[in-house]
Amino acid sequence: MNKRSRTLLSGAGAGLLVLSLAACAPGAGGSSSGDEETGDISTDISGVEDMTLTVWDQEVRGGQNEQMEQLNAAFEEKYPNITIERNSQSFEDLGTTLRLALTDTDAPDVVQANNGRNSMGAFVEAGQLRPLDDYADEYGWFDRYSENVLQYSTYSEDATTFGDGELYGLPQVGEVVGVYYSKSKLEALGLEVPETWSDFTSAVEAASEDEPALQLGNIDQWPAGHVFGPIQGQFVDAADITSLGLGNPGASWTTPENVEAANELQSWVDAGYFNEGVNGTDYDAAWQAFGAGAGTFLMAGSWVAPDLEDAMGDDVGFFAPTRDDGSIATTGGTGLPFTITSAAENNDVAAAYIDFITSDDAMDVLAETGNLPVNRTAELAPESGVLADIYTVFGEVTESGDLLPYLDYATPTFGDTLGQSLQDLIDGRVDAEAFSEQLEADYAGFASGDE
Amino acid sequence: MSSGIAPGRRATRLSGRAWVPYAYLAPALLVYGVFLLFPIARAAQFSFFDWDGIGESTFVGLDNYVRVFQDGQLLEAFGHAFVLIFFFSILPLAIGLLVAAVLNRSTVKGLGFFRTVLFLPQVIAMVVVAVAWRQIYAPDGVLNGTLRALGLGNLTRPWLGDYTFTLPAVGLVGTWVATGLVIVLMLAGMGRIPREQYEAARLDGANSVREFFAVTLPAVRGEITVALTLTIIAALKTFDLVYVTTRGGPGTSTTVPSYEIYRRAFEIGDVGLAAAVGIVLTIVVLLITTVINRIGDRS
Repeated sequence: MNKRSRTLLSGAGAGLLVLSLAACAPGAGGSSSGDEETGDISTDISGVEDMTLTVWDQEVRGGQNEQMEQLNAAFEEKYPNITIERNSQSFEDLGTTLRLALTDTDAPDVVQANNGRNSMGAFVEAGQLRPLDDYADEYGWFDRYSENVLQYSTYSEDATTFGDGELYGLPQVGEVVGVYYSKSKLEALGLEVPETWSDFTSAVEAASEDEPALQLGNIDQWPAGHVFGPIQGQFVDAADITSLGLGNPGASWTTPENVEAANELQSWVDAGYFNEGVNGTDYDAAWQAFGAGAGTFLMAGSWVAPDLEDAMGDDVGFFAPTRDDGSIATTGGTGLPFTITSAAENNDVAAAYIDFITSDDAMDVLAETGNLPVNRTAELAPESGVLADIYTVFGEVTESGDLLPYLDYATPTFGDTLGQSLQDLIDGRVDAEAFSEQLEADYAGFASGDE
Repeated sequence: MSSGIAPGRRATRLSGRAWVPYAYLAPALLVYGVFLLFPIARAAQFSFFDWDGIGESTFVGLDNYVRVFQDGQLLEAFGHAFVLIFFFSILPLAIGLLVAAVLNRSTVKGLGFFRTVLFLPQVIAMVVVAVAWRQIYAPDGVLNGTLRALGLGNLTRPWLGDYTFTLPAVGLVGTWVATGLVIVLMLAGMGRIPREQYEAARLDGANSVREFFAVTLPAVRGEITVALTLTIIAALKTFDLVYVTTRGGPGTSTTVPSYEIYRRAFEIGDVGLAAAVGIVLTIVVLLITTVINRIGDRS
C-alpha cells in the first residue's frame, strides 16, 4: 500500500468516526409518540376507524401458537375494523430484541414482556410501558385475577418496587413447579403419593436405595433453582421469599431459615438422591431420562407435562407437597404478561385486545389447546391425566396457597448469581452459609440502591 | 513491452485520473465502512456512556474501562480466553506440524482423503460442533461410555460440570476444530520445499528430527504465522462454543469475554460496559496478532 492510499483510507476512516461520534448520544433520540394517558378511556372500540394493531408475542410452540391464532381470529371477527399484525418470536429472541424495538419510533402496540427487573422493570423505569390500572377498573381485571398472580406484573412508577404499585400487564397462562412421579415405581416401592413435605423427603430417601430417586440436569444453571425454590418454600416464610424474589428491601438471604434450606439441598446431593454429575447433565436429558424410567421423582415446572405424558402415558402424576401444617407453597408464576407500550397508537384498542385474550372465554380456548389457563383453572381441569393434577395444584396454590416467585426476578444479575451459586453448592465448593452470603451480596447491593 | 503506449504517456494518463483506482475501491470501502468501521466507531462511542439500552444515557468518560479492569468476573473471563489460546493455537500447531511433517515425508495413499477428513471440523458450523460435543461429554455420553468400556471407570466425570476439567474439555473441542486447519496449512507450506533440500540434509548426515528442525520448520515460518493469527483470533473471540456447551458454567469457570459482552449488553442491559469490553478485546486481538506477525516477518 503506498503512502497516499494509506492517507486516503485513514482519512475516510477518520471521517466516518467523526460522523458517528457527532451523531446523537445513545438513547437520547427515541421519544415515544402515540397518545398520552389522558384519562378519557373507553372500552367500546367498535367505532374506531380502521387500524392495524401490532402485537409481539412469544407463543411459538404447538398449543401456544394455536390458542393465539384462534383468539386473534376471533378478535378480528368481533372487530372487523381492527387488523392484527402479529410478530411471533422465541422467548430468547423476544427478550433480546424487545429493548431495541421499544425505543423505536415505530414500536409495536402490545408486547409480551418478561416480568423480571431486567425486562419489564427496566421498561417501566424508562417509561416505555403504559400503566393499566384505569383499564383494570373498567374491565374488572382485579376481580378476574388472583392478587397472587397480578403482583408479578405490578411495579411502582419508578420501578424501584416490584409487586406493588401500578399494573402493567396481564398473563394468559400459569406455571407451577412441583414434583412429577412415576406411579408404577412408587407402587413397586410400596409408597403412597406423598402429601406433606416430610412424607416426600422420606419417600425420596426410600426410593434412593437402588438408584437415585431424583433426576436433575443443571448444566444450564437455572434448573436447580426449580428444586431449591420449593425447598425454600418449606423452610422460609412466604413473605420473605417474595421480598427476596422480587428484589424489594426488607429481607435477608443470610437468615438461619435460608441457610437451612440450602443445607437441605446440599444434603440431598451428598446423600445420593440425585443422578451422578448433576452440573454436567443436560436439562432435557434429565427429564427425558425420567420419562424413560430413570428415578422415581422429577422436580420441574408444569411446561414439561405434555412431553412427559407422551413418554409415560398414565404412569406420570404431579403433586406439590404441602408444608407440614397443611398449607401449600411452591415456586410458580405466569406466562409472560401482555403489556401496552407507551408508543401504542390507540390505547383503547390495545386494552380491548388484552382484555379479549385473557377473558373467561379465552381461558376455555387455552384449556382446549393444552395450555394451563391462569384463571378458572380448577374449573377447566381435564378429567384425568397429569394435566388434571397440574390444574388442581395451580388452582390450589393461587387461590389458597402461596405462589412463590422465580428467584431470578430479584435483580438484573440475580439469574446468573443464583445459577452460579447453586452450581457451587451442588458441587460442594461452598457450604450453605457461603452460598447464602453470595446471594445476599447481590440482593442487598441492589435493594439498597447501589446498583 | 507490446502495449503500444509509450512509458511517458502512460504515466501522465494515470496521474491525470488519480481517482480512478479509488472509484474501483469505493463500493468495497463503502460496504466495509458501513458494516465494520461505523459499528466499531459506534461501539467505541457507546463505551464512554452509562446506558441500559433503553432510556437516557450519561457520559461517563473512561469509567467503563476502569470497571473492565476492576471487575473480577471480567478479568477471569479474559484469563479463560488466554487458557483457550493454548488449546486453540499452541496444541493444534504442535500436532499439526508433527502430522504434516510425517504425512509430507512419507508416501501415504489417499492423502487427499485424509486431508479432507482432517479439515472437515472447520467446515461444520461451530454451533453444530458444540451440540455434538455436549452429547459426547454428557455424564452418560460417548466419552464416559468408552472410558468405562476400557475399564477406566474411575476417570469418568461430568465433563461439562466439573470445576477443574470443564475449561480444558471446552478447549479440546477447539483443538479438534483447529488442528485440521493447521495441518492443511502446514501441508501446503511443506509441499513447496524442494526435495533436494532433504536429500542434501540426508547427505550431511541429518536424521528425521534434525531434518524437521533444519529444513521443514524454517520453510513453513510464514504458514505458522498465518495459523497462529487465525487460531488465536478464534480463541479470543470464542462465543458460540461456550454459549452452547456451558453458558460459562459450572459457576463462572468457563466464562469468556465475548460471552460476557452478550450477557451484559442484552441480558443485564449494561451496554456501555459491554461495549468497553468489546473494544478492549479488539485491542488485545490486534496487539497479539501484530506481535506474531512482526516475529513471523523477521526472517
